[in-house]
Amino acid sequence: MLLIPCPWCGPRDEIEFGCGGEAHIARPENPDELSDEAWADYLFNRANPKGPFAERWVHSHGCRRWFNVVRDTATNEILAVYEMGAPRPEIGSPPVLASPDESGTTSDGESL
Amino acid sequence: MRLAGGGRIDRSQLYAFTFNGTQYQGYAGDTLAAALIANGVRLVGRSFKLHRPRGIFSAGAEEPSAIVQVEAGASTLPNLRATQVELYDGLSATSVNAWPSLAFDFWSINSLFAPLLPAGFYYKTFMWPQSLWHSYEAVIRRAAGLGRAPEHPDPDIYDHMHLHCDVLVVGGGPAGLAAALKAGRTGARVVLVDEQNESGGQLLGNRQQIDGAPGAEWATSAAEELAALDDVRVLTRTTAFGHYDHNHVALIERRTDHLGPAVSDADGRDGGPRQRVWKVRAKQVVLATGAHERSIVFRNNDRPGVMQASAAACYVNRYAARPGHRAVIFTNNDSAYAAAADLAEGGVSVAAIVDARPEPGLDASALAAGQGIEVITGHAAVDVKGRRHVEAVSIAAVDEAGNAAASASRSINCDLLAVSGGWNPCVHLHCHSGGKLNFDAVQACFVPGESKLAVRAAGAAAGIFDLAGCLESGFEAGADAAQDAGIKRRGRARKAPVADAETPAPARHLFHVPSSKRGGDYKAFVDLQHDVSASDIALAVREGYESVEHLKRYTTLGMATDQGKTSNVPGLAILSEVLGRPIADVGTTTFRPPYTPVTFGALAGRDVGTFADPVRKTPMHHWHETAGAVFEDVGQWKRPWYYPRDGETMQEAVDRECLAARNAIGLLDASTLGKIDIQGPDSVTLLNRVYTNAWNTLAIGRSRYGLMCGEDGMVFDDGVTTRLGDHHYLMTTTSGGAARVMSWLEEWLQTEWPELDVRLTSVTEQWASAGICGPGARRLMEELSEDIALDAEALPFMAMSEGRVAGLPARVFRISFSGEVSFEVNVPSRYGMALWSILMTAGEKYGITPYGTETLHILRAEKGYIIAGQETDGTVTPIDLGMGRMVSKKKDFIGKRSLSRSDTSREDRKQLVGLLTEDETEVLPEGAQIVSEPRPMPPMEMIGHVTSSYHSANVGRSIALALIRSGHSRIGEQVFAPLPGKRVMARIVEPMFFDPEGTRLHG
Ligand SMILES: [Zn+2]
Repeated sequence: MLLIPCPWCGPRDEIEFGCGGEAHIARPENPDELSDEAWADYLFNRANPKGPFAERWVHSHGCRRWFNVVRDTATNEILAVYEMGAPRPEIGSPPVLASPDESGTTSDGESL
Repeated sequence: MRLAGGGRIDRSQLYAFTFNGTQYQGYAGDTLAAALIANGVRLVGRSFKLHRPRGIFSAGAEEPSAIVQVEAGASTLPNLRATQVELYDGLSATSVNAWPSLAFDFWSINSLFAPLLPAGFYYKTFMWPQSLWHSYEAVIRRAAGLGRAPEHPDPDIYDHMHLHCDVLVVGGGPAGLAAALKAGRTGARVVLVDEQNESGGQLLGNRQQIDGAPGAEWATSAAEELAALDDVRVLTRTTAFGHYDHNHVALIERRTDHLGPAVSDADGRDGGPRQRVWKVRAKQVVLATGAHERSIVFRNNDRPGVMQASAAACYVNRYAARPGHRAVIFTNNDSAYAAAADLAEGGVSVAAIVDARPEPGLDASALAAGQGIEVITGHAAVDVKGRRHVEAVSIAAVDEAGNAAASASRSINCDLLAVSGGWNPCVHLHCHSGGKLNFDAVQACFVPGESKLAVRAAGAAAGIFDLAGCLESGFEAGADAAQDAGIKRRGRARKAPVADAETPAPARHLFHVPSSKRGGDYKAFVDLQHDVSASDIALAVREGYESVEHLKRYTTLGMATDQGKTSNVPGLAILSEVLGRPIADVGTTTFRPPYTPVTFGALAGRDVGTFADPVRKTPMHHWHETAGAVFEDVGQWKRPWYYPRDGETMQEAVDRECLAARNAIGLLDASTLGKIDIQGPDSVTLLNRVYTNAWNTLAIGRSRYGLMCGEDGMVFDDGVTTRLGDHHYLMTTTSGGAARVMSWLEEWLQTEWPELDVRLTSVTEQWASAGICGPGARRLMEELSEDIALDAEALPFMAMSEGRVAGLPARVFRISFSGEVSFEVNVPSRYGMALWSILMTAGEKYGITPYGTETLHILRAEKGYIIAGQETDGTVTPIDLGMGRMVSKKKDFIGKRSLSRSDTSREDRKQLVGLLTEDETEVLPEGAQIVSEPRPMPPMEMIGHVTSSYHSANVGRSIALALIRSGHSRIGEQVFAPLPGKRVMARIVEPMFFDPEGTRLHG
C-alpha cells in the first residue's frame, strides 16, 4: 500500500485516496471544433509510461482535495506532490511537498 | 530418544499430547516436531500427489513435509508446520494428508501409478474431456486435500495494529540482534520481529560461541538489553509475512496459539486477541531473515529419516532429542561437519560423512577427526533403502560432471541421513517488494540485489554465513539504517562481541545426483510437498516449458504451502542442467506474500459479523417499521419496499398502493433523495456545464429536471434542481447516486474550473421529505398549509414555495415522479416524523396510503419515466432515451461533443421503448433478451433487453420498458423474448402507458 503525502493532511495510507488518472489533460476549449479523432484522443487516450508519471489523486476519505502527484510507475516512488493548476515540477530533485503547513503530519497509528 | 540432559526445554513441565490419536509426552520448550522426534515418531505425513510416507525434514518455517492440523472444532488451524507448533499440555494434532489413516494410506496406491502421474498431469488428464472433470474432481480433492477448514464460527478475536518506526529489523538471529542493538542504542524507534518464541535464531540450535560462551547466552543478554531500551519493541512469535510498497511490512503475531485453546483467561489468554496483524511503516528495513539449508536431489531422498544436517543438529542441541541412532552425513560443503560433530556429541553414532568434494576444509577435517568420524570424499548418496524410514544409504563415486558411478560402491546402514546441499538466503521479503536477486556463483545461491525500497540485508540473508560475519554485518546494517532514518545521534561505543573466525573451503555445486537406474529417476525429489521430481523437470523441458515461469506452473514446483523454500534453487539448477545454460541465465521465479500461511481470521481482524458499511435510516424509519413495512436496500439506505396489511401478498399490497396513489392519496418517504445545496455567483454556470439542458432562464422559485452525462455522452444521473435565490440552488440526485454526483461536481470544480465561485454542501440528511400525490393531495395540503398558496396558478407544476405546513417550516415543491398532482414537502429532519404523523392522521379521511419503492417504480414506469441505473447502464445517451429535447444545441456541456461521435450518432443504437406482451398477465423478467424472429436459430441476434417490467394495477395489465435497437422507428413491431421453456410475444409501443396527455399532472 502506498504512503501518499497529501499536501493538506500529511502522509496517509493509499486506502484513503482515489486516483484520477493522468494529470495535465486540459478539457478542450471548443470541443465542437475538434475532429472525432482529436476528441477521442482527449476522451480515451492516456500515456502509460514506465517511469515518472504525473497523475491526479483525491483525498476522498480525508480533506477531499484533489492534487497532483509525480509517481515512478516502475518503483511507485513518489517524486513530487503539487497543487492542481501548478505546472509539473522538474523531476530529479527530492520529493517536493507543496504543503501550506509542514506540521500537519499526522498518523492514524500507534507511535513508538 | 530424549537425551539425559541439555537442550532449551523445561524438564519440570511435562506435557501430554496426541498425534493422530496416539498419546505422547513432551516438555515445555518443545515444538511438536521435536516432541515427535523425542518419542521416536518417524512417519508424520504423506506427500501431496503420490502419498509417499514422509518424515520431519527441517526444524523451521521451511518444512515441506510435516504439515499438521492442530485441534478440532471451531478453533482448529490447518496446514501448520509441526516444526513451528509450540507444544502445550493437551495439544492434539493430526497429519493433514493421510486419509483414511497415516499408517494404512489408501491413496498410497498412487505411488504404483506414479509413472502415470507425471508433470502437468492435472492439465493432461483432468481437463479433458471436460465433462468428466466433475467426476474426477471429488476424488482428486479428497486425495489431494490439505487441512480442513473449521466448519463453525471462529470463537476467537483478532486484531489489527498500526505501527510507525525508524528501523524495522526482521529476524532475531545474531545479525538481527546486532542490527537492533546498534540502531536501538542511537535512540531510534526500532522494532525487532522474530517468528520464534525467543531470540537467537540459529544460535539456539547450534553450539557456536560468542565471547567464549554459548551463542544463545549472548542472544539472551542482547534481548534483555533491547527490552530495556525505551524506543525498542521486540515482537516474538511474530512473522513478517509481506513486504510492500513504501516499506509497508505486514506482521502476524501469534499471541495465544502456544497456550492452546483450553487455557483460561487467567493463565495468560488475558481475553485479548488470539492473533494480531501489525501494519508497519518503517523508514528503514533490515532483513536479517537467515538462510534455509538445501537438500540434494537423489533417489528416494524423501524417505522419513532424510533431514537437513542443520535440523538434525538443532534437535540434539536445542531440544535434546535424538533424530536417529546411527547417522550418515551427506554434504557438498563444510557446514555439515559441525552438525556431524554436534550429533556425535549428542550420542548419535555418526557412521560416515559422505562429501562430494575431493577434500573438505581444514576446520571441517579437524571436527571430523576430533569425533573420529570417517570421511568419504568424492562420493555422493545415490539411493536410500527403507520405505517407512531410512535403513541404509548407498553411495557411489561422483565424477567431475556430477555423475555418479553406475554401481554403488558401498551401502551404509543408518536410520538418519543428514544432508547439506548448501544454503539459500531467505530473500522472500526482499522479493515481495520487487527487489532483484543476484546469483552468487561462488556460494551457489541467490542473494538480495537492488531494491527500490529503503531496505538492506544482513547476515545469512545477505549470503554471509559465518557467525563473525553475521555479527559484523548486523552491526553495520543497524548503524547505517539508523543514520539513513535521520537519527543523528550515535550510540555509545561498546566492545564488539567476538566469534571464532571460520575458514571454510568452497562448496561444490552439486544439486542433483542423477540416478543410474533407467526409468526410476522420478523418485528423486526436488519439491517434497508437491512431489516434483528431477525427471518431471526434464519432462517439462522436453514438452517445451523452458521458461522458469512456465516450468513452475506446469510442474507446480514451489507452489505448495512451503513455496519451495528448500526446493527452489535445486529446481533451477536442474533446469539449467537440462537446458545447458548457467543458473544465473535461467533466472528465478519470484516469491510472493505470505512468507508462511496467515489465517483468514487474522486478516479479517475485527471486520467480521455485520457489514461495516453504515446503515442509513430516514427520520420516519421508526414509523415504517411499526407499520410493518418490508424494507429494501437502496445504496446504504433502508427504504420501505411495500407495506403489506394482514394476509396480503406482495402483489396485493403493491396493487392496493398503486391504485390509492392514483385514486385517493399516496404518501412516499422521499427523504433519501440526494440533495446538494449550491451557492455562489457562478452556480448557474456550473449547472449549465454539468446538465444537458440550459439553466439561464430558470426563475427563482422554479424547478427544472436535468440529465447529467459523463464526458463520453452517457447518462449517469438525473434529478430536479430548484432555484432558491439569486445565487442559490438546490440540486436533487438519485438516492444511490448522491455521493457520486457530489464527488463528480467537486472534481470538476477543483481540477478544471477553479475559477468558478461556487460552493457545494451535501444536505441530504438535513431535510426530511414527504411526497403527497393523487387526486386528494391538494385538498389535504390546503388543510395543513397556513401561508402557502397551492392552486395551480400560484404553485404550478415545477414550482416551489416556502412557508409552514402543519405548523412546521417547510419547502413545498410541485414536482412529480408519478404523473399525479404531487407535492413534495421538505422539512428540517428533526420534524420529519411529526410531519409524517400529521399527514397520516389528517389524510385518513381521504384514504391516504403510504407506499414504498415498488409502487414508486410502477407509477413512474406507467408514465415512462426513467430511473438512472435501471434504464441506463453507462451505454445510454439522452437521445437513446428519447430525451433529445433536453439536449441543448446552444451551449457546451460535459459529454456534448461525444453525442456527435460516429458511434453515438448511429441511427441503430438501442433506444428506450415500451413493450406490451401479447398475454396481458405475462410479466417479462427484467434483463430478458429480445429477438425479432419467432424461431431463431443459433446464433440468435439479440436486438435488446427488458429494463423494467411490472404488473400495473392502474393499466390493468403487464407493462415493460426496454432498450431495443432502432426502437424509436420500430413502434408497433412484434418482437419475442425467448425464456426458459417458452417464448413470449410482445409489441413495441411508445414508453407511456397511462395518461399520455399529462392532464392529471398539471391539474
Ligand atoms: Zn488530505
